[in-house]
Formats: sequence, C-alpha cells, structure tokens
Amino acid sequence: MENKSDFTGIRIGMWLFLYTEIILFGGLFVLYAVYLHMYPDDFVSGGKQLDRVIGALNTVILLISSFTVAASITAIRKNSKKLSLGLLAFSFLCGVVFLVNKYFEWGYKFHHDIYPNSETLTNGPPGENIFFGLYYVITGLHGLHVIIGMTLLAVSFIWVAKGKIEHNNFAMLENSGLYWHLVDLIWIFVFPLFYLVL
Amino acid sequence: MQNDAPQHLMGYKTLAAVLAILLMLTGITVGVSYVDLGIMNVPLALGIASTKVTFVLLFFMHLKYEGKAIKVSFLCTIFFLAIMISFTFWDVAFR
Amino acid sequence: MPAIHSFFDTPSPAGLTGVKAWLLTHDHKRLGIMYLWAVLFWFTVALTVGFLLRIELMTIGKTIMSAEIYNSAFTLHGVIMIFLFVIPAIPAIFGNFFLPIQLGTNDVFFPRLNLLSWYLYMFGGLLAIISLFTAGGFPDTGWTFYVPFSVGTNNNVPLTVFAAFILGMSSMLTGLNFITTVHRMRHKAMGWMQIPLFTWSLYATAWVQLLATPVISITLLLVIFERAFNIGLFDPDKGGDPLLYQHLFWMYSHPAVYVMILPGMGVISEIIPTFSRKAIFGYKAIVISSLGIAVAGSLVWAHHMYTSGMSDTAVFVFSLLTFLVAIPTAVKVFSWVSTMYKASIEMTPPLLYALVFIYLFSVGGLTGLVLGAAGTDIHVHDTHFVVSHFHFTMFGGTGFAFFAALHFWWPKMFGIMYNFKRAYIAATLATVGFMFHYVPMFILGMQGMPRRYYDYLPQFAQGNALAAAGGLLLFVGIMLMLINLVLSFRKREISSINPWGGVTLEWTVPSPPPLHNFVAEPNVKEYPYDFSEILTAENAGKKGQVTP
Repeated sequence: MENKSDFTGIRIGMWLFLYTEIILFGGLFVLYAVYLHMYPDDFVSGGKQLDRVIGALNTVILLISSFTVAASITAIRKNSKKLSLGLLAFSFLCGVVFLVNKYFEWGYKFHHDIYPNSETLTNGPPGENIFFGLYYVITGLHGLHVIIGMTLLAVSFIWVAKGKIEHNNFAMLENSGLYWHLVDLIWIFVFPLFYLVL
Repeated sequence: MQNDAPQHLMGYKTLAAVLAILLMLTGITVGVSYVDLGIMNVPLALGIASTKVTFVLLFFMHLKYEGKAIKVSFLCTIFFLAIMISFTFWDVAFR
Repeated sequence: MPAIHSFFDTPSPAGLTGVKAWLLTHDHKRLGIMYLWAVLFWFTVALTVGFLLRIELMTIGKTIMSAEIYNSAFTLHGVIMIFLFVIPAIPAIFGNFFLPIQLGTNDVFFPRLNLLSWYLYMFGGLLAIISLFTAGGFPDTGWTFYVPFSVGTNNNVPLTVFAAFILGMSSMLTGLNFITTVHRMRHKAMGWMQIPLFTWSLYATAWVQLLATPVISITLLLVIFERAFNIGLFDPDKGGDPLLYQHLFWMYSHPAVYVMILPGMGVISEIIPTFSRKAIFGYKAIVISSLGIAVAGSLVWAHHMYTSGMSDTAVFVFSLLTFLVAIPTAVKVFSWVSTMYKASIEMTPPLLYALVFIYLFSVGGLTGLVLGAAGTDIHVHDTHFVVSHFHFTMFGGTGFAFFAALHFWWPKMFGIMYNFKRAYIAATLATVGFMFHYVPMFILGMQGMPRRYYDYLPQFAQGNALAAAGGLLLFVGIMLMLINLVLSFRKREISSINPWGGVTLEWTVPSPPPLHNFVAEPNVKEYPYDFSEILTAENAGKKGQVTP
C-alpha cells in the first residue's frame, strides 16, 4: 500500500489514538477533581499515607526511560543500531523496575488492609475510601498501560534487531515511543495528584 | 500522495537538556510538597506538572515540529478535557 | 475500453480465495458490504424486539411477556439499536464504501485497522448474544446502565457492558481511520471546500467518535470494576456520588446522538441537490454547521439530568446551551429546503425517504426543545414523550436517512436497481405507520405515562392500542422495503454508472466500482455540486450516459 511511506499520516493516526487514551484517563480525572472538591481533608490524609519517595523514584524512572526512548530514535536515525538497541533495552528495564516498585507499593497497602472493599476503608472516612479507590483504579489502569508500552518497546527492539526498523523507516519505533511518552505524561499528573496533595 | 518533509532530528544534547529540566522540576515539586502553602498546594503542584508535560510533549514527542493538523487537534483534545472537568463543576460546585 | 472487473469479480490473490477473500480483505468496499449485512441483521432483530414490546403494551396487564422479560427486552432493543445499528450504520457501511471514493482515492489510510474494526464490531455483537443466555440473562437496566441498579442487579451486566466497550472501540478506530484518510489521502486537486458534504459530515462525526467514545469506555469499565471489587466510587454509602456516573455517561452519550445524526444529515445533503439538479444552498454553512454541531453537542450533556437532583445552576446553564445546538441544525434544514426551492425536482425513492427525514427530524428536533427547556422538561421527563422524541430523531432521522442512503447508493454498491413501485409503497406504509406509532406517545407522555413501565392506567389504553396498530404498519412497511431491496438480486436489473445524475466522484466510476475505485484519474470539480454538465447532457437527451 502506498501510504506505508506516508509517515506524517501514520503519525497523525498515532496521535489520534493517543487522544483517545488522554480522554480515557480524563474521565477518571473528572472523578478525581469532583471528589477532591468534596473531600479535601480526606484526600490530604490519604495522600500522606502514600510513600512520596517511591512515587518520586518512579517518576524519575519514567522520565529517564522517556529520554532513552527518544534517544533511541535519534540513534537509529543516525544509523547506530547497537546504541539504539541498548537504549531500548534500558527503557524496557525501567518499565520493569517501575512495575516492581508498584508491586511492592500495592502489596504494602494490601498488608495494611487498604484495598477496595477492605474493612479499614469501608469503616473509615468515606473520602479516604474514594481516594484509595481512585488510587487503585488510576494506578492500575496506568500499570496496564505500562505493560502495553513495554510490549511495544519489546516489539520495536526485535524489529530493530531484525533490521525491519532502519534509519529511513522508523514509524513503528516512533509510535512506540509516542505511546511510552504518553504513559509518562499520565504519570506526571498522577504523581502530584496522589502523592503530593498535602 | 504528498511527500514527507523529513522529520526534525532531535540531538542527544537537546534531549539530555530536557531530561535535566524535567528531573529538576520533579525535585522542586517534591521539595515544595514538604512546605505547606495552604490553598496554593494543589495549583502549584499541577502547575509544575503541566510545565513538565509541556516539555515532554514539545521535545520528546516532537509536538513542536509537527504540522498544524496535530497541533490544532491536540489543543482541541485538551480543550475537550477541560470542558469535561469544568462543566461538571456547574453541578458539583453549586449544589 | 477493456473490460473492467468490479470489486466483486476481481480475481483474488493466491491463498485468498472463497470466503477468505472476504474475511481477510482490506478493501474498504468489501468491508462496507460486510458491515451492511451485519448491521441489517441486528436492525431486524432489534426492530422485531421493539415490535414485540409494543405488542406487549397494546393491552393492560400481561399480553405476551412477563415483566422481567419486558425489562430485558427494552434493554436489548436499546443496546442493539444504539450500539449495533444507529451508531455504526451510516459511517461503517456507507462511510467505508464511499468516503474514499468521494475523496478520489483507492482506500482508507489504515486498511488493516479497518478490518480490525469490523472484527471488533462482530465480536461485540457476539458478546451481546452470549450475554443473553449466560449468568442471569440480559440486563434489565435499560441501555443507560445507571448505577446503583446496574451494580446491584443479578443480570449479566458485566458482559453486556464489555460488549458495548468493544463496540465503542470499533467505532473509535473507524473514526480514527476516516480522519487520517481525509487529511492524508484526499485527491491532490481537492481542497477542503471541495469535499462532498457526506464526507464532511463523516469527518465531523469522526472527531466526536474519537474524543467522546473513550469517556463511555472508562465509564463502562468502572461499572465492571464496581461489580468486581465493590470500590464504591458511585456508592453514597462509601462516599461516592451516583450522579457522577450520569455525568460521565452523558458526556459520551449526548455527543453520541450527534454521532448518530450527523452522517444522516450528510446523506440528505447529497440526495437533496442531486434530485433538485441544483447546487446545494449554503455549502459552507452546512460544513460549518456540521462542525458546529460537533462542538456544541459536546457542551450540553447534563440536559438529560434536570430531574436528577443536580444543582439549579447546572440546570440553567445546560438548558441555555442546549438551545444553541438547535441553531446549526436549523441551518441545515433551512439549506435543504432552500435547495429545493424553484428546483426541477425529480421524485425517486431516495428523495422520498429524504423528504420524510426532513419532516420527521424537524418534529424530533422541535420536541427536543421542549425537553431542553428545564421548565417543560420537568413535566414530561421520563415519560413516553421522551420515547417519542428520540425515536423521531433517531428512527425518523437517522433511520430514514439510512433507508434513503440504502436506496440512493444501492445501484452503485451492487450495480442493480430495485423496484420503484414497491419502494414507494414501503416508504408510505412506514411513514404513515411511524406517525400513528409515535404521535400517540407524545400525547401519552404529556398525560403522564412513564417510560419503561410494564403496565399502565386505563386512561392510557386508547393511545397504546393506537400505537400498537401504527407499529404494525411501520413494521410491515420496513420489512417490505428490505424485501424489495433483496429481491433486486433476483431480477438483476442492471444499473448505469450514474442512474440519478449525481455529481460527486462515486458517480463517475463503474457500478459496482472496480477494486481500485478509479479507472481513470478522477476529475475533481472546482465546486462539488456543479450540475451544469449533467443538465447539458440531460437536455441533449442522454440521461444516464454521463461520463466524465
């Protein structure tokens, strides 16, 4: 098909897809905004129970991985395949570390009886229940997107290795990169909204 | 079929500079969170987040170098998102 | 001229023969046809369910089904009609088939994604069928799935909701494909103000599909999460606010009614000038009003919630904004009617359906103002007045536009013409039936008969009996129309390239079009509705022989 060479078109398509992702999370941010308005104090006390350091660490991890993904595109365009592969692998690893952190964070909260429909939340202040309900839904959905993004990065890695992505044919890598940046974008908002509402 | 103008190539240095700014802003927002600014807490945190997002969009995602179609449509999306949140407050804020 | 194979007859590449040539096709025309049969199947199912509902309401008490089945039946009718018929009908069938041709190109931008959309559509439909027979049966919540009932009821809500989620994805990807196609694959000679109005309306629709559908996706996911994990985001006992569900739901579902009606308006904007042999009145005004509807339609969602207990300020603001939406809609109706003024009108079945559309849709739109005004809405909210109003817009509007499109493009899609006489009879039966079916509901609603109730008071008996009779007529008319179209395959009366004297690009290619749509380089007109060549040819007595 002739449009395979129309990279601008492919990028437009990818951006349109990203808009749907933004609005998907947007629906949850509507809920967050309203409930923050309803329960400002409970949200603050909920936020204090989350570990700011782990949150900040995860932010840094995602930011660095975003940089490496962007750099891997520059690398492939400059024909340095090995560097590109290395950067992609590093970004993938960042995703893994992010998820491991998330796993321990969630596990820690579960351990303290803070999870949807738990005793503590059901009998505690209603605002905190909502805060943690949103926390689990948003970070859970975000985690799912991290996994999808990592899958895309892995596919790109294989394609680069096989030579299907080259210096003049890198739409797949670029789109995976855009997706990965979107995952980062959402986290940039999730981080202050949950960890830093004080 | 329109021919493609070759897409802007981001240099490693620019990307690294953007990363440095992003990390710095993250540091600031975490640091500020230890200071209680009362009503300014949320707006400040969101302001910094928006700045960070703008950097990611413009440079990592090349939005700065894209054509009009993507730029305009992106702004429309953000506009729609803003409508979604703000118009809900016609209800919630006046109950 | 060498023999040109239509896309039906083009030999398939090796390994893609028989049914595979259809199931794995990337051809937008084949996908359009595949959507056509699937959509018609669902339409017939939901039409029959709707008809049975009316039979049930014909008499007081139980007529043919129990109250539980009644609740599931109106949900089933709504879910199928909305998600499997009205939303995909025109964009997925005629949009897929004609958008690339009207743009002078050979396919959509992402052909494989297009195939994926079709599979998502079929998968969503399949899930809806499965949910009928598993775990508690089809939901009894109404197509709106309002909390807290949808979280509490024992019926199979999660699967149905997931089906709607999948169907939303299909609609979103179709929109994505159309936008990219319009931007990147338009013929070089075609500027923005040379795009045919049908394609323009699909472009505006695609934006709404793209930006609004994710809201329903997340809302439906939240219903599933609530049922699975009991989070309490919409549960007042746990600090949630059930009204927020309604906000999120209508944030999509109100723009969605414009997803449903805009393509229909696009169809009418093609048909009216064609049979008036006259440039459409106010081309730019129609384009701008399409975009205006898309924008304004996104600002008015809470007018479905006046009686829900939201703030009075919101009632005031949303009521005011609702009135604004009426303006671009009125601009279109005005343009269509003005196009016909002093024109040499040629009556054909598609035009008849289009005229019925204008009338029914205007009634639907005007009664919408009754509902959009907060004061009057409180009186008729959730009564049969509402039922009648949205059937006038969705069925009398989109439904009749769909029928008009079927009759307008049938000869192009299949290369054969149907029987005109039967088509006229069917249209007349359906229209008369429609009026007898829905006008009594307006009156019943004003008298206070609530919607979605299984039973009613004796004073509503006469109106309901009348509605049932009208319903029968309507059902017969539509069945006759569909049978007439199917019968055209038996008689195979071959249609010419341009049986109606249309001027957009699809009328310059063979019927049915060849695999790559254009045999010669398409000739893009300076102005898309320039009928001078057609008129010259007609005056020379060569109607139907017009070639570019």
